[in-house]
Amino acid sequence: MDAKRREVLKTGGGLLALAAASGIIKPGDALAQEWNKAAFETKSVAETIKALGGSGSTLSSAIEITAPDIAENGAVVPIAVESKLPKTQAIAILIEKNPSTLSAEFEIPAGTDPFVSTRVKMGETSNVYALVIADGKYFHAVKEIKVTIGGCGG
Amino acid sequence: MADPMRIRANMTGDKVEVKVLMSHEMETGLRKDAQGKIIPAHFIRNVTVTHGGKTVLSAQWGTSVSRNPFLHFRFKGGKPGDKVTISWADNKGDKRTDEATIAGG
Repeated sequence: MDAKRREVLKTGGGLLALAAASGIIKPGDALAQEWNKAAFETKSVAETIKALGGSGSTLSSAIEITAPDIAENGAVVPIAVESKLPKTQAIAILIEKNPSTLSAEFEIPAGTDPFVSTRVKMGETSNVYALVIADGKYFHAVKEIKVTIGGCGG
Repeated sequence: MADPMRIRANMTGDKVEVKVLMSHEMETGLRKDAQGKIIPAHFIRNVTVTHGGKTVLSAQWGTSVSRNPFLHFRFKGGKPGDKVTISWADNKGDKRTDEATIAGG
């Protein structure tokens, strides 16, 4: 009986994978599974870009980071990123000196402005990178934010 | 179940401006409690926003998004009265979905 159960489970799993591969189940449906663990464990900007599928990135003046020069409270640092690059597909926020570099990644479908605004935690003064994937290429802008009180401590 | 999100969706010109405030502790897994024990990580990993059955924004987050996360973005193709649906899922399997109606500009 046990063997039979295993057989059924195996077949079921295979079927699910097949359904996913053939596009019956859209990636968005599998909400919890769609998380790039490797990218969120990276410890440097170069590693993050690699984990997000890039080989390098070009500095671009078409990306604007709106954030304070000095953040009094590192636990709540408002950061907005706007890209003027055509065919912007994704925007990621990277904080160089945080324990994990990648903070957030946003996928921008056609029809949505290449703009996101959120709030992040910063452990200490650091360069903040806005990484933009546009037309399959990687671009970035960088801004230093000084932190007076860190946001990752107790 | 976590508290409901606070969502504002307003028309600005031909675009829908969406502002969301989620209620979540966004624990990093690096902090210690008073006894010196590590407080386990608990954070939102996925956020999806849909309008008319179409995804208008999807996000993956790490632990460094601030507690009670804030999100602001804009998309085209919506009109007053339409619904905007926002869902999140965290690393412990908690989920929440909330809906807002687009207000006129």
